[in-house]
Amino acid sequence: MRKTFIATLLDEARRDPSIMLLTGDLGFNVIEEFAEELPSQFLNCGVAEQSMIGVAAGLAASGRRVFVYSIANFPTFRCLEQIRNDVAYHRHNVTIVSVGAGFAYGFDGYSHFGLEDLAVMRAIPGIDVICPADPLETELITRMILKNDGPSYLRLRKEGEEIFHAEAPQFSRGDAIRLRSGSDLTIAATGTVVSLALEAHDRLADMGIDVEVLSVPFLRPLSPDCVKASIGRGLVTVEEHSVNGGLGSAVLDAVIACGEVPHLRKVGTPAATPSDIGESGYMWQSAGLTTEAVIEAVQSLLKPS
Amino acid sequence: MSNSLELSNTVRRDVLRMTHSARKSHVGSSLCCVDIFAVLYHSIANIDPKEPEAEDRDRIVVSKGHCAAALYATLAHVGFFPVSKLAEYCTNGSPLFGHVTVGVPGVEFSTGSLGHGLPFAVGSAIAASRDDSDRRTFALLSDGELDEGSVWEAALLAAHHGLGGLTAIIDRNGLQSLTTTEATVALEPLAAKWEAFGWNVVTVDGHSHEELKRVLELPTTGPTCVIAETIKGKGVEFMENQVLWHYQPPSDDDLAKAIRALEHEAQQ
Repeated sequence: MRKTFIATLLDEARRDPSIMLLTGDLGFNVIEEFAEELPSQFLNCGVAEQSMIGVAAGLAASGRRVFVYSIANFPTFRCLEQIRNDVAYHRHNVTIVSVGAGFAYGFDGYSHFGLEDLAVMRAIPGIDVICPADPLETELITRMILKNDGPSYLRLRKEGEEIFHAEAPQFSRGDAIRLRSGSDLTIAATGTVVSLALEAHDRLADMGIDVEVLSVPFLRPLSPDCVKASIGRGLVTVEEHSVNGGLGSAVLDAVIACGEVPHLRKVGTPAATPSDIGESGYMWQSAGLTTEAVIEAVQSLLKPS
Repeated sequence: MSNSLELSNTVRRDVLRMTHSARKSHVGSSLCCVDIFAVLYHSIANIDPKEPEAEDRDRIVVSKGHCAAALYATLAHVGFFPVSKLAEYCTNGSPLFGHVTVGVPGVEFSTGSLGHGLPFAVGSAIAASRDDSDRRTFALLSDGELDEGSVWEAALLAAHHGLGGLTAIIDRNGLQSLTTTEATVALEPLAAKWEAFGWNVVTVDGHSHEELKRVLELPTTGPTCVIAETIKGKGVEFMENQVLWHYQPPSDDDLAKAIRALEHEAQQ
């Protein structure tokens, strides 16, 4: 996913000299080609995220389209005020690219888990909050960001992600992408855990339950149309993020904004501090982020009350 | 305004009127950087109030956002907007916020939380350098602000890239929120710190227009730090060098007394 992002950005940056890539001294084996080919469009700001975001704002105020690259909590929590004041408040063309969403750095411990970033970014006005599910969505969304003015937050996982689309999906900023049609209920997932929604879809089909599956890359803007059709029949959200403030909360807010009573279950990581390390599959299991949890959520909504 | 001294005297009087009528302060922090603004906007920076968005304009980044009254008054008197607008400072619904905020013609960057201006200025200077542009970037910082780590992150980066178009001006009044800078978290030897970070350093009397003009006139090789030694509350004797006037707005009597003194000074 991160390599797809950099390759797409490099492709665009060759044509558009205003594009700049800043890194907080991260991206070994990922950013080198960009840095070597376009040195005047590259800047390593050192291990200094607060300054890096301010520098990005200063560059953007001078006409650049800036992408800031780092890992999970470093370009978000460490420099949150700079994002709020220097970037978002001024509506500068700065995209914060955070690699290592969720448990992508599962062996590195709590400092490297990205579990609250979506909630925090959603709290800051004016930033698009985007979490693509696979490399294909990553490529399309990177190009989309360049066509749209203003700040954004792009949450990527790391490497080796499955591709969920048979062909390039047609979608615009704010749209969800339908991966499976279904009439009983909707599972809306963001990021790589779309895989859990698809597995749940197949296993539920065997039980005679027909669910729709949506990939929701945009937590903001989140078009109410994405969820409108599903409101009456129920929604399950799935995310590799705390159940506090991420996709589940964004969808809940969208349902309420439609004036409807939410009929919704959230599947995500608990609003608690993980005390474990491990590979992603292990960490998902340990956090209760499983296909079974998605199936249970669907079944609980389908039970007659 | 025919000269920078006349400008600073006028701005000081406006700062007093603004903080008095708004019942908001930071009057001391505004009075101490009036001369720096007067020299920058009147004599040094390549800025045209009629073309505030001109691409090749010099950028003045006011990192000590709490001196908004001084900045707004200076901008009005050099022609960015009508002086009559200053009466709206810190009133309901006014665009003239209590901390420096964009939307006011001439303001480049919103501040108020300390430690944000220098990184932004470094970004601006890097863009200028990569565009082969001669435009300069000035950042005005308070001395208390130097407690913020982000200032030093940006200082390292600026020196690493040898940003000759960048000048940081430290408003060295020696006081911060509760007491002196040296009793809070000691900054001295301050010049040696900036030198060690790879900057050119010059220390000047921050109220001497001649000295300020001399050091600000020419861009140098590598970034330059101007330590401008100032007096908090400068120009109003009873406000000088007192933490109290960081917070207290002038009363009716204070205002009358201060304006009289400044009018007297202007006539001399």
